[in-house]
Order: sequence, then C-alpha cells, then structure tokens
Amino acid sequence: MPNKTFFWFFLPTGLVMILFIGLPIISTGIQSFYAQHDQVVKEVKKCDPFGCTVSIVVDQEATSILRDEKPLGKFNGFGTYVDRNHLAIEQISDFWKETETFGEFINQVTNLPFYKALLFTLTYCLFVTPNVLLLGFIIALSLNAISRKIRGPLIFGTILPMIVTPLVGSLVLFWMIDAEGIIGANLQLMMEDPYLSLKSSRTLTWITIIIYGIWHHSPFAFVVFYAALQTVPQEPVEAAIIDGASRYQRIRHIVLPHIYPVVTFVALISLMDNFRVFEPIIGFSAEGSAQSLSWLIYDNLVNEEVILFGSAAATSMMTIIGIAILLAPVLIRTWKEFRTAR
Amino acid sequence: MRKILITLLFALFGTTANADGHCSKPSGSINILANDFPALRTFVETAKGCKGSADFKVTHSSEHNKIAVPALTANPSEFSARIAANSSIVPLMNQDLIRPMDDLVKKYGKGIQDSQLITIDGKVMAVAFMANTQHLYYREDVLKELGIPVPKTYEEVVAASEKIRASGKMQHPYAAAYKAGWNLAEEFVNMFIGHGGEFFKAGTAEPNINNAKGVATLNMLKKLASLSNPDYLTHDSEAIKVEWESGKVALMTLWASRSGTLLDDEGDAKITAATKLTGPATVGGGNIPAATLWWDGFTLAKNRSDSDAEATFIALAHAASNKKMVADAADQAVWLVEGFVPGPKSIGVIEAVKMGAKPYPMLPQMGLMHGALGSEIVEFLQGKESAEQALKDVEAAYISKAKEQGFL
Repeated sequence: MPNKTFFWFFLPTGLVMILFIGLPIISTGIQSFYAQHDQVVKEVKKCDPFGCTVSIVVDQEATSILRDEKPLGKFNGFGTYVDRNHLAIEQISDFWKETETFGEFINQVTNLPFYKALLFTLTYCLFVTPNVLLLGFIIALSLNAISRKIRGPLIFGTILPMIVTPLVGSLVLFWMIDAEGIIGANLQLMMEDPYLSLKSSRTLTWITIIIYGIWHHSPFAFVVFYAALQTVPQEPVEAAIIDGASRYQRIRHIVLPHIYPVVTFVALISLMDNFRVFEPIIGFSAEGSAQSLSWLIYDNLVNEEVILFGSAAATSMMTIIGIAILLAPVLIRTWKEFRTAR
Repeated sequence: MRKILITLLFALFGTTANADGHCSKPSGSINILANDFPALRTFVETAKGCKGSADFKVTHSSEHNKIAVPALTANPSEFSARIAANSSIVPLMNQDLIRPMDDLVKKYGKGIQDSQLITIDGKVMAVAFMANTQHLYYREDVLKELGIPVPKTYEEVVAASEKIRASGKMQHPYAAAYKAGWNLAEEFVNMFIGHGGEFFKAGTAEPNINNAKGVATLNMLKKLASLSNPDYLTHDSEAIKVEWESGKVALMTLWASRSGTLLDDEGDAKITAATKLTGPATVGGGNIPAATLWWDGFTLAKNRSDSDAEATFIALAHAASNKKMVADAADQAVWLVEGFVPGPKSIGVIEAVKMGAKPYPMLPQMGLMHGALGSEIVEFLQGKESAEQALKDVEAAYISKAKEQGFL
C-alpha cells in the first residue's frame, strides 16, 4: 500500500486515538506533577445531635483564592513520584543503611505500598502469561485433532471463561472458596484444619488469583492459536509423516515456526493485560493480601474520602512505563525481524 | 381495565402524599444520592410523598462515597441532595460542595427540632434524622447454656468467646466487619477511641497513633480476629449478618441500623428469637465505649439552582419531621425526629449515648487517616509484622498522603 493511501486510511483512527488516549495520558502526566495547595484551616464551633465541640474546618474563602490563582494546585515536580507511597527513594536508602542482611532489606522494601503492589503484579504476570500460552496452545492442538462433529460445542465450552464477566467469574469462585463455601469447607475437611482459609493466607490468595487468571485468559490464547493452526500448510506435515517424524517433532519443527508470529502477538497482549490485573482483586475482596498497581490507582481515587489525584496520576504514569519496559524485549525482537524480513 | 389501574395507582400515591400535614408542594427537580440500607429507603420514600410537581429521582448505592465528590463537583451538580454522615460530610465541606440552609430551615423547617441541625461555624450545613453506632449483639440461648453473663467489655467478649469455642458449640463464635479497607479501619477507630486515644496531636494534623494506646488497640483487634471466621479480612457488615443468621456466631459487633434486618421474620426463627442487643463494650478499663456515634442527615448541593435546592429541602424536610414515618418505621432506626418512641431495637444507640460515646471525629484530614489504617494494619493481623511496625507504616502512609493534600 502506498504511504499516502495508508495515511488517509489511518487518519480517522489516529485522530480518535490522540483525542481519547493521547491527550488523557498527557493530562494525567501533567497532573502527576502537582499536589494540592496548603490547606488553610480555621477553628470553628461544630454542633450535632451529640453536642457541640470546637474543631477545625477548611477555610473556603482563603482556599478559593489560592485555587483561582493556580487551579492545578501546587507544583510538586517529582515529589509525588519519590514519596513513601510511590518510589520511596528516601525510605529505601534509609533501609539500606539500617538493615543488616539483604533479606531484611527486601522485606522492608516490599512492605512499602508501591513495591508490594509491584511484586504482586510481576508475580502475577510471570506465572499467568507463560501458563496461558502453554495451556492455550495445548487446548488448540487437542481440539484441532478432534472430529469435526463435536468440535463446535467443545470450542464454545472452552471459551466460556472469557465470555463470563471477570467480576462475576471471580465472585463465583470467591463464594466457593469461602470457609463456609463448597471448596473451602471441603478443603478444611480434607486437611483436618478448621482454621484453614484460602482467603486469609497471603500465599493461598495469590495462588487462587493466579489460577483464576490462567483460567480466565487461556481461552483468548486458545482462540488465536486455533485460528493460526488452520493456516498451517498440510504438505510439509504430510511429508514429515512420510519421513517418520513423531507428533512432537512435527509440532516442534513445522507447526511452531509457522505460528511463531502469532505466539509473539498473544504474549504481548497477555503481558499487557496481566500487568493491569485488577478485577480479581476486587472480586475476591483480596485487597488485604494482594494489591496490584491498578488497584493502587483505584484506591487513591475512590477508597479514601479525599481523592488523591496526584498519587493516582503518578501511579498511572509508572504503570505505563512499567508496561513499556516489560514489552520492550518482545517489541525490539519483532522490530529486528521486521528489518531482516525487508 | 387501564382506567381502573390508573385510578388504583392514584389512590395509592394519593394516600402516601397526604399522609402528613405540612408539605408545601414543591416544583423543580429533585435528585438524591444516598447509602443503601432500609432506614434510608424509608426516609427517601417518605420525602417522595411530598414531591409535589417536582421531578423526583433517587440513587441508593453502597458505593455512595465514591460517587459523591465527583457528582457534586460538576456544575450543575448531578444530585441536588446527598444523604451524608459525620464522615462523609467532611469531603463535601473540604471541597465546598454543599450550601448552608439557614433561610430554608427558617422558611420550611417548622417540624425540625433544633437538635437535628448540624451547624458548622454558625451555619446549618445538614439536617440529621437518625443516629447510628456499632454495638454488641449476643445469642441469649448460647450464653445462658454456658452460664456466661452478657459481656460489658471487650476483655469479657474475648473470655466469653474462648469459653464458647472450648465448649465445642462454635468454632468461630465472634464476628465483626473486619474487611480490609474502610470497615477494618472503622473497627480500629472504635477501639482506639475506647482506649482514650486521640488521632492527631492537639491542634495539628500530625498523626498520634504510634503509642501504647495504638498497640493495645491492635492487640485487642488481633485477639478478636483470632476468634472470628478465618476469612474475617473479606467480611463486611452484610457478610457477618449472613454468618449470624446461619447460627455460627454468638457474639457480634454490628451497626445498629442493621438490627432491623437481623430481627425480621426471614431466616431461622429460633436464632432470631435468641438474638439480643446490648450497648457497645468498653475496652482496657476505659469508661467510654469503644464505639463512635454517627448521625445520618441530608445536605444540599451547592452547584445546583436555588429553586431545585428549595424543592429538595421541602421534600426532605417533610420526611425529617414526619411523625408518621418514625412511628411506622420505629424499628428501622433510631430516629432523631420528634415523636420517636425508642423500641427494643434502638437499645444499642441509646446505651452508647448514655455511656458517653464520642462522635466519629469530623476533621478535614480524618479521611486520609481512615484510608491509611484500612490498608496498613492488615499485615499485623496476618501476623506478618509487629504492632509497632504496623503503626509506623500507618503514620508514614498518612503523612505522605497528607503532604500531597496540603494538610502537612
């Protein structure tokens, strides 16, 4: 396609992307450099049904003057990024000096909210993504080998986890693993431990969420792999059979190289999705044991009665940077292949 | 057929609209945001009876806190009124989102008692209509059988729960809403106030919880948690209500406003009959209860036309002074409205007031402290860190947030 034609084809999409993705990201970025003005408070008398007290309130007149002058707030530079609730540079250097062993240092660092969330997010990505690829591929291969008559219903059954809304899917599982639920209660019986709870132990919560993630994301990998398998040419496969290649050898040397670009694509999408893990944490009410970067943003925006726009914006920007870093190796590789292909 | 239906509908609505005397038929548009529990539904339904020709809309949501500030910041605001409480009025005040209603009270607030008015700096900012607190519920049959007296302190609650567990009757005899986040933080606030703690150094926004009282508070919470269902960190008020109704709990700390649904005809009649209410417990030898007093009241949005505010006030004031409503729904809440005769279900709140319970602190920075508590004390309860470390974390998390918000 000539570049000019491509440009006109791409223009509408590009404009919409700038308007709805580019500009909000820029505005979030700007927001992250600002904090609220210093609060001007005054002492006043407050009366309610339980009596009167002298207490403080925000002085609206003084505050509105400040706000009108600088509606964005007080410029804070990277202040929000390096504070304790984010990168915590100061705290980490203190820990480095105070702690004696490396393990203790790591313990202290992962106790900080941002690193705690990062640790969970990365663990989730590292366990879910490869398993999703593997499981999706195995399901696609098996279904591809099955008689065409029953393939339809089987495919439908396989993609069900993806059709079920994430929140509903996790809620169903959440009730099942409750200490009074069918899985939870049976586990207690099997282990003969009435205090066993999948939801109160951090490790078990993480495992539950990771298993849920694999269950929920595999169908996506399966659908794409299954489509790719339909394009594998039959001639080389037949030739390999005549040459006496085993099923494993055929998959390893013919099928996999053929669908390799698709594998990269699925890996990219899964990584991006998994890095933004959020719904299962809400669905499983797992805030206590598992927090992800997306959950931190949500927490800053809604869980407090005071909305922390600066904090949320800073975490958002760092999530975007995180995804970029994570995707970099795959992207560089794809780019190199693209160059050599030309 | 259609005519009959219409007449029937008119008859129905006609009666509710004329149920009480004073209602000066407003016009305009009324849109209310409220939490979702039975008493508030009754309240808003009563207000609807006085909507006149106004367009009347209501959003009941347990996620009301998340919607309120953004919705009221818009100009014109999405809602003309917000049913708020001690804690949720603070962000509205901080952002200057609600209007004083002195002149409206003078003009239309005949039946409202002076004690219902929430005044800040001499201006009426809200009109309260019900009071709430968390207090103890107990199973009379279980306690009687084991010869345990009704606990008055949390130390007695622990002893009683241990005895029940030892008897083998129940594995997890205690329940409270310990869900990580707002609920858990609220339990900390109660227990800390019960120990006589002050959250901030006098006259400043500096945190003041990393001390002996804070440690005692955490230790008591942990003791109680060990006597609860192991999934306590995921259980909110609704979840422990279900646990209670399934008969697996004998002692519970729960909101007074939930007693109505706990004592209704649904569920096991034997459990309902044995469910008894008592005042909140004290802790650590203190004489004020480890509980906070709450009011629920209505506020009017600032970014809304004066005529809408007037219409909304007329309808809501009609409910906030409605003797028929408080008589009909006497067991749904402890109404602050004139003519309310407290029944057996309001015993918790009344006891709490008698014992000198403190109201939830209505300070501009309290929301940040509450948020920090909700996430940072979890690891202590899970046994992953010491009480001192947890409190240090809370203070550090609070300080960063307070700095970003300009309080420090």
